[in-house]
Amino acid sequence: MDKSIEGNRGKPFRMVVEEGKVREFARAVKSSNPAYVAEGQSPATSPVTFLASSSFWQGPESSPFGGVSLNWERILHGEQEFTFPGAPPAPGTELTAQARIDRVFEKEGKRGGTMTFVEVVTEYRDSSGAVVAESRSTVIETSQAPGS
Amino acid sequence: MTMTTVTWDDLEVGTEGPTWEDKPLTVTDFVRYQGASGDMNPIHHDTEFAQKAGFPQPFAVGMLQAGVLATWATDWLGATNVRRFKVQWREQAWPGDVLTYSGAVTAKREEGGQRLVDVEMVVTRQTGGIHLKGWATFVVAGN
Repeated sequence: MDKSIEGNRGKPFRMVVEEGKVREFARAVKSSNPAYVAEGQSPATSPVTFLASSSFWQGPESSPFGGVSLNWERILHGEQEFTFPGAPPAPGTELTAQARIDRVFEKEGKRGGTMTFVEVVTEYRDSSGAVVAESRSTVIETSQAPGS
Repeated sequence: MTMTTVTWDDLEVGTEGPTWEDKPLTVTDFVRYQGASGDMNPIHHDTEFAQKAGFPQPFAVGMLQAGVLATWATDWLGATNVRRFKVQWREQAWPGDVLTYSGAVTAKREEGGQRLVDVEMVVTRQTGGIHLKGWATFVVAGN
């Protein structure tokens, strides 16, 4: 991966914050907070890292990596950040999201070899077009497999 | 974990959240998270696959512990109050690891008519090694 992919965008995708997925996700992250799992009513909000799941349910055309071939054996998830202007989106919210490659930079690794850092930003907008969440994911491509 | 309702006056720089020790991590925890999130990478549940990739066994899904850390933080400061949450992964976590979740207030500020606290968090392995570092910002209602 190199600087040339900076600015690449995936195709916008639709994501509905589904109540059943919110409950399932909350249980998986060991939460019993009524804000996510209250019975007999729609939960007030979604778990903080819930939107991370969106990238796994989209077609390849929504990936900002597009046709760039990645060596997944050498890729680490280094950092992940979510920001919310208000509360995280509630179940029932219909979001339109788009991912872009915001920044690509290199660093020398402590154990030798160059590491390439890629920051992927995904913006989530509600039906009015307002950004209700942003994800910034930093992936690191190492020059050797992390397990070796 | 138990839920608390904290107010602005309860929080000072240095105020710690309730330190929480999870049960030992299991591959079932990983599988449940993978099913919920859609991340089906076999390296977290298929021993043969993990060993072929050079690991002794499947290792924890990083985003699972990030999510549990968010559970810890939102139980303390409120699910609808979170405005920023960031994690950085350090050393890997493995099945059997006993992880401890903790954190403290690092700043208290008012911005745009809102009262905010910044917190710094850490997820520690039973070895003392750091699995995850985290930073978050929450709005705080009331007094």
